[in-house]
Order: sequence, then C-alpha cells, then structure tokens
Amino acid sequence: MTAETIIQSLASGLLMGLLYGLIAVGLALIFGLMDVVNFAHGEFLMIAMYATFFLFAFFAIDPLLAAPLVAAALFVFGAVVYLLIVRFAVRAKANAGMVQIFSTFGLAIVMRGVAQFFFTPDYRSVPHSWLGGKTISLGGIFLPQPQLVGAAVSIAAFGALYFFIHRTDFGRALEATREDAGAVALVGIDKNRVFALGWGLGAALVGLAGAIMSIFFYIYPDVGASFALIAYVTVALGGFGSVFGAFAGGIIVGLVEASTALILPPSLKSVGIYAVYLLVVFVRPRGLFGSM
Amino acid sequence: MDSEFASRRRRELIIAFCLAAIAAVVPLFVKDVYVQNIMVLTLMWGALSQSWNILSGYCGQISLGHALYFGIGAYTTTLLFTKFGVLPWFGMLGGGVISGIIAMALGYPCFRLRGHYFVIATIVIAEIGLLLFHNWDWAGAALGIDIPVRGDSWLKFQFTRSKLPYFYFALGLACVAWFVTWWLEDSKWGYWWRAVKDNPEAAESLGVVVFNSKMGAAAVSAFLVAVGGSFYAQFVSYIDPESVMGFQFSLLMALPAVLGGIGTLWGPLLGAVILIPLTELTRSFIGGSGRGVDLIVYGGLIVAISLARPQGLVGLFAPKRKEAAR
Repeated sequence: MTAETIIQSLASGLLMGLLYGLIAVGLALIFGLMDVVNFAHGEFLMIAMYATFFLFAFFAIDPLLAAPLVAAALFVFGAVVYLLIVRFAVRAKANAGMVQIFSTFGLAIVMRGVAQFFFTPDYRSVPHSWLGGKTISLGGIFLPQPQLVGAAVSIAAFGALYFFIHRTDFGRALEATREDAGAVALVGIDKNRVFALGWGLGAALVGLAGAIMSIFFYIYPDVGASFALIAYVTVALGGFGSVFGAFAGGIIVGLVEASTALILPPSLKSVGIYAVYLLVVFVRPRGLFGSM
Repeated sequence: MDSEFASRRRRELIIAFCLAAIAAVVPLFVKDVYVQNIMVLTLMWGALSQSWNILSGYCGQISLGHALYFGIGAYTTTLLFTKFGVLPWFGMLGGGVISGIIAMALGYPCFRLRGHYFVIATIVIAEIGLLLFHNWDWAGAALGIDIPVRGDSWLKFQFTRSKLPYFYFALGLACVAWFVTWWLEDSKWGYWWRAVKDNPEAAESLGVVVFNSKMGAAAVSAFLVAVGGSFYAQFVSYIDPESVMGFQFSLLMALPAVLGGIGTLWGPLLGAVILIPLTELTRSFIGGSGRGVDLIVYGGLIVAISLARPQGLVGLFAPKRKEAAR
C-alpha cells in the first residue's frame, strides 16, 4: 500500500462522504423539527433515482439537469407523505414511539413493493450521461467527476440550507417550531404547514442526492436500504436533528468507509462504518455533536 | 380483586389449551401440502413474534436486529450437524444458549442507549453479523450450506415425506413461547418490564433494577428466537446468510406483534394468523409477474394498523379483559 493509494482512497472517501451528508441531511432536518425518524428515507432516495432514470430514458434529460426537477417532485412527495401519514402518526395516543417507527416502515415496504411491481426488480443505470465514467486528474490523483460534482452540490446545498434557516422567514419559523411547537401556534404560525414544508424540504434534499447518485450507481427497488442505514448512522453520529452534524457525520462516514476498504476485503467496508457508529454511541449515547 | 385476576389468568390458560388442541387436529383433516406449509410458517412466525414481543413489547426495547439470533440459531444447528454430526436437538439448545449469551453481551453496552439510538444499534449489529457470515468461508460464506438428507427421523429432525412433524414442532414452539410469556406476565420480571417500559426513571427509583431486567428480557427473547431459527434451518434444509439473517427477518418478527398488539399476550399469534396466510396467498395468487404485491399488501396493512389502531387488533376481541389487565 503506497502513500498514493491511501491519499487516492481518502480523497474518494471524502467525496462520497459529502454525498452521504447530502443523503442524510433531510433525515436530520425532519428529526430536528419534530422528533420523527423517517424509516422510509432510503425509499425516498430510491424513487428519486428512478425519477432521474425515467427522465433520462424517455426525455433524454441529463441527470444534472434533472436534479432540480427531481428535487421539486420529491418536495411535493415529502409534503404529501407528511399530510397523509405522518400527521396522523404523531397524534397516536397508545404506543407512540412504535407507531412512528412502523408507520414510516410500512410506507417503506409499500414503496419497495410498488417499485418492484411497476419497474421490476431489474438493475438499471443511466448509460451515458455527461459525467458518467469520466475522471479528472489532480496532481496524480484520479477523481471521478460525478462524485466531484456531487460533493460540490452537497456543499452548495448545505450553504443554501444555512442561509435559508438563518435568514428567511420560513427558516425562522422552522427553527421556532422545532424549539417549541406549542408556542409558535400562539404567534399565528400554522404548525402543520411548517411540518409539511419541513418534510418537503427534507425530501427535496434527498431527491437532489438521488439524482446525482443515479449517474454512477445502479438503480433497483431495494437500493435505498443500504444507503438508509448509512444515513441513520450519519445522522446519529452528528447527533440526531443537527443539520450540520449530518454534514460532519457524512464526511466521517465517507472517510471511515474508505479506510476500512483499504484494510478489509471490499465486501466488509460497511463494517467499519457500523463499528464507528457503535463506538461513538457507546461512549457518547447522543452522538458526537448531540446536545442534552 | 385478586381472585378475579387469578380466574382471568386461568381462563387464558384454558383458552390457549383449547386453541392448541384444535390446531393439533386441523392437519389431520387438511391434507393439502401447500396449506400445511402455510400453517407451519404461521405457527413459526407466531412463536418468533411472541419471543420478540418479550423484549420489544413488554420491556419496550424495540429491536430490529433479531434476525441476528434467528441466524445464529440456524447456523449453530446446521454447522454442528454438517461439520461434526451433532444432532440438531443439541444444536437447537446450543444455538439458543449462544444467542442468549450474545444478547446479554450486546445488551451490556446497548441498553444504555435510548430510543432511536437503540433501534439503529440493533439494526447495525445484525447487519455486521450478516456481513461477517457473508465472508466466513468455513461457514459456507455467501454460498450457504445445504443440509444433507439422511432419511426421515425424529432423531435427526428431518422429514421428507410429510410436513406433519414440522407442524407439530412449530405448534409446540408456539405453545412454549406463549406459555413463557403467560408465565412471565405475572412474575416479578413481567411487572419490572412494564415499569421499565412506561417510565424507566420512576422504575429505577422504586428499586427496579432496570438494567438487569432488560438483560433478562433480551436473553429469554434471543434464546427462543434462536430455537425458531434452528427449526427454520431444518425445515427449509438450506441456509445462506441472506436467507436466515437478512433484515427482512427482523422486520417479519416485529410485524405480527405490531399488527396484533405489541406488548400483549395474544397479539403476536393473532397477528401471525392474519399476516402470514395473507402474505402467502397474495404471493401465490398474483404470482411471479406481480412481484411486490405481497409487499404492498402487508406494508399497507402495517401503515393502516399503526395509524388506526396503534394498540393492535387484539383489543377488538376482548376489550374488557384488556382493561382488567391494566
């Protein structure tokens, strides 16, 4: 193992980590807002990937151009999921924690079933997009262009999110609702609207990630499952609900995955991520950047 | 008041006995192999869900990683039998004990975690187990292990001609899981668990050793699930990591309890009786072209039940009795 291989894999790990952060941030946003873990988050990613695929297959729209469209579609989808399912799940009087987990889990299973039914379990890919398969050489280190662009999009999205939360009225309403949902009602903010918009925003962010992922990853009904687990780990590492914890968590996960792949057989690369999750929560039961 | 409680417990025991007796004679009349197969699976998932319910329902520690214990049970029996010729009965016991010990070893750090951190830890640990078995060459790695057929016998727990022995074992397992739950419900452990579930801080202050009671629940639950896993390996006579330790098994153990009523005595069995035949029937009626319809059906059912009847379906059958149990 030369220094070059190590730098090479850490660099790709960093890029992948930034994408993991983008995949996970919607989950963190929703959790921070209303203490709900969306167990269908991976399936949100899956439908975003399919949407990108079909836009490419039918209208020859490149995934990069499709990304904003997919994000917009996912925004609507996320808001609808909140209004139709989650809104009722959080009202449950009996077994509240369980209802939350299983209502979104049930949704995840339905979404996988629908994908299998309509799209078949076949693996699909976007065959020749603008960036697909291209690499760029930076001082002897080869970086895949799709991941590079993905990392740039991720950083931009986190920047925009920061601006949005701190500088806009809706962002402030979001912050206020997350601090005290009861009190915001007194100042005339409709809690349900804020929650629905929060779900929309969270879904739009994972939609953005899905559009980019579809450039270099196979698309199939179960694709969400493994990324969802990584997203939970990312969010938990960052401390549930901390949006910028998700950013840091993503980078850590990407680097850990790349280093594990250097030491262990590639099929075990996720073991490193999971082990780091366990180590972190055993030492700090509320994640690295979690408060309380 | 006490006597009323005692008579309710006695009545439950009698009902269970009658149901078991009825179930025992059903396959004598229903000879169709396909239907018998569904009955075996229903009883098995009922038993597994009942075991899962001990830790997740009564004690409130929602585990979505019980596939780990299921897989350990299946692998222990199969490896001992194929590599060393140890009879599956010992493997079953051994797998149960190993799982119980592992559950406590994992519980030691995990039970400090709360809520989602705990749930995700259980998923992650089971996933690590799955990946390790995937890469463990001696245990067949990703290819899995075929259990060689050595002729029909109770000793080797193999039956090629008839499903009946499997049926009776599964029925026995469901009865044991039910009885253990019934017995624990009214033991000091049962009361501790409910206290821990409702309010761990208050339980601690009243002298309940929260940590130990979670450990006890985990051990019992893992032991029974591993026995179920051993049985499953014998029943399908071929195992690989994905088919005994995949995440879907963790989910399938939870769903009947969720459907029937989490943390209730009858919920898991009721849920299994509804869910498993429904899944199998949709799968075979809609057939290969409609793959995924079974997922849509039971995913939709889970969403509907969680939203409309979070306490599960069991209350519909005996609303009064449930009230008395509180």
